Amino acid sequence: MTNPNGRFGIHGGQYIPETLMNAINELEEAYNFYKNDPEFNRELADLLNNYAGRPSLLYYAERMTEDLGGAKIYLKREDLNHTGAHKINNVLGQALLAKKMGKTRLIAETGAGQHGVATATAAALLKMECVVFMGEEDTIRQALNVYRMRLLGAEVIPVKTGTATLKDAVSEAMREWADRISDTHYCLGSVMGPHPFPTIVRDFQAVISKEIKQQMLEREGRLPDAVLACVGGGSNAIGSFYHFIGDKDVRLVGCEAAGRGIDTFETAATISTGKLGIFHGMKSYFCQDEYGQIAPVYSISAGLDYPGVGPEHAHLYDIGRAEYVAVTDDEAVNAFEYLSRTEGIIPAIESSHAVAHALKMAPKMDKDKIIVVTISGRGDKDCAAIARYRGEDIYE
Amino acid sequence: MSKIADAFKNGKAFIPFITCGDPNLETTAAAVREAEKNGADLIELGIPFSDPTAEGPVIQEANLRALSGGVNTTKIFDFVRELRKDVKVPMIFMTYANVVFSYGAEKFISTCAEIGIDGLFLPDIPYEEKDEFLADCHKYGVDLISMIAPTSAERVAMIAKAAEGFIYIVPGPDVAGDMSGVIPKLKSIADIIRENTSVPCAVDFKISTPEQAKAVADISDGAIVRASVVRLFEQYGTGAPVHVGEFVKSMKEAL
Repeated sequence: MTNPNGRFGIHGGQYIPETLMNAINELEEAYNFYKNDPEFNRELADLLNNYAGRPSLLYYAERMTEDLGGAKIYLKREDLNHTGAHKINNVLGQALLAKKMGKTRLIAETGAGQHGVATATAAALLKMECVVFMGEEDTIRQALNVYRMRLLGAEVIPVKTGTATLKDAVSEAMREWADRISDTHYCLGSVMGPHPFPTIVRDFQAVISKEIKQQMLEREGRLPDAVLACVGGGSNAIGSFYHFIGDKDVRLVGCEAAGRGIDTFETAATISTGKLGIFHGMKSYFCQDEYGQIAPVYSISAGLDYPGVGPEHAHLYDIGRAEYVAVTDDEAVNAFEYLSRTEGIIPAIESSHAVAHALKMAPKMDKDKIIVVTISGRGDKDCAAIARYRGEDIYE
Repeated sequence: MSKIADAFKNGKAFIPFITCGDPNLETTAAAVREAEKNGADLIELGIPFSDPTAEGPVIQEANLRALSGGVNTTKIFDFVRELRKDVKVPMIFMTYANVVFSYGAEKFISTCAEIGIDGLFLPDIPYEEKDEFLADCHKYGVDLISMIAPTSAERVAMIAKAAEGFIYIVPGPDVAGDMSGVIPKLKSIADIIRENTSVPCAVDFKISTPEQAKAVADISDGAIVRASVVRLFEQYGTGAPVHVGEFVKSMKEAL
């Protein structure tokens, strides 16, 4: 899908200051070497299998299937990975790559804190320094994850500029990287930013769809009819879609965060409400005003609270290969509670957006159809916030 | 030859940066006139952006002050059109790619030419992405300014050969605070630039004193001062223009 200068159709590219070009070129060169290096791949496979706990389960959600009375539902359990989310897949890959490149320090942005926790974890394991930038607003919403990162030995820097959320954390991490490259790798957490990040992160997350495909063939002897995943920047979604892109009969459905609704200003549904633009190193769709000022987005989910979307998703949307739907806070919270009660699985509020769409989709499908929903992370981190959303007076 | 070349005909050039609309456009207009009167050779006008990823905290804050004051691209165009009735000094716009892209590149760039903007500096457009705007810039005679940082000699030469207007030299990453250690590095870049182009080059390196400005101008064709000018607006608000004038005067005299 990628051409040499990092384009996905018209999207992608390298819209970054000259001060970052050295680092980006160095990274691209290293990645192109190590992605085909047997020793690197052996070490990464060992970390994924023996540290992160891969492969993750493909779980048949029988009670949910029965309750909805339509398509058979499988859940891809990325929530069972070490650190509780799909983020570890990418982080172990990038941290190992950084180590091979002779870097001793990882920096990262984080929204919900899952990517920050994963980066802090990999840094601890590989004996690297770690600094995580997190919007101040998010450090409050996800206080427990801030503590987890510190416990793992990382420094967490609250970002106070702009809307003090994920986009500001990304900007601050980019500034930091532009100032300090010699010993530092920017471990970007999603399929976004300048080339080669969208490709690197996708490749490291593609293990999700590779496993779904194998597991589905073993269990059902056929491919699923649809794969659903939530989309902020879009890393778990592209990971869930990637090995199915060539299988035209498999519907690929990305679930964006509509916040309070796509007809309000309090939304983060980029493909539903954004327009083409250039930001954070890439051409893609962004929530923005008529003068190109990036919009302050909103979602109950800190991990989906980002005004852009990865360039490969923008391209899959353009060519009609994937569809993108918007799911509101209310629908996501209902799905969060539904899956907890029905299957005894507490999904991350991010993943709950995909579950919510499955609740709408499955009953309309025949019983011989199969859908896979990626549960990108576990919901422990969200319990206090959801309780407050329901009016309970709980603080972590 | 664009009008930007004129900026380098009067000895070493002094180039101050001013954010449009910080805190309002009347103040910006007065500051531009003060800067011109006191010897600025070229003025870099910032169009504020919500997320200026290439800026440190001082200029980030200026962007937010300007946006919260209600400026937008259309108002800034009208403001420059009015300013050009008496201001003759070469002026460029500095902003981010999305501001140009969302306005419509051709509409934005043709308007620049029409109102008397001589160049466009977009820090998030490196050499690899110049084609996004280059054809429109050439069509309307607006220079697309290039940035050069310490990379490889090959890369510096490649960018220099294609440069137009003037070249913006920045020290790049991994620089410890002391300027004396950086000057030889910057000089070697300026030397490579001169071997590859006759386009002038100026240095932007957290300059705050006339001595620092002179040190960078000695190894290049001029000094660019950004945060130290913006700090005057942070400190004095609508009273900043007279201070900008004094600051420019002290800098230009030192070069």
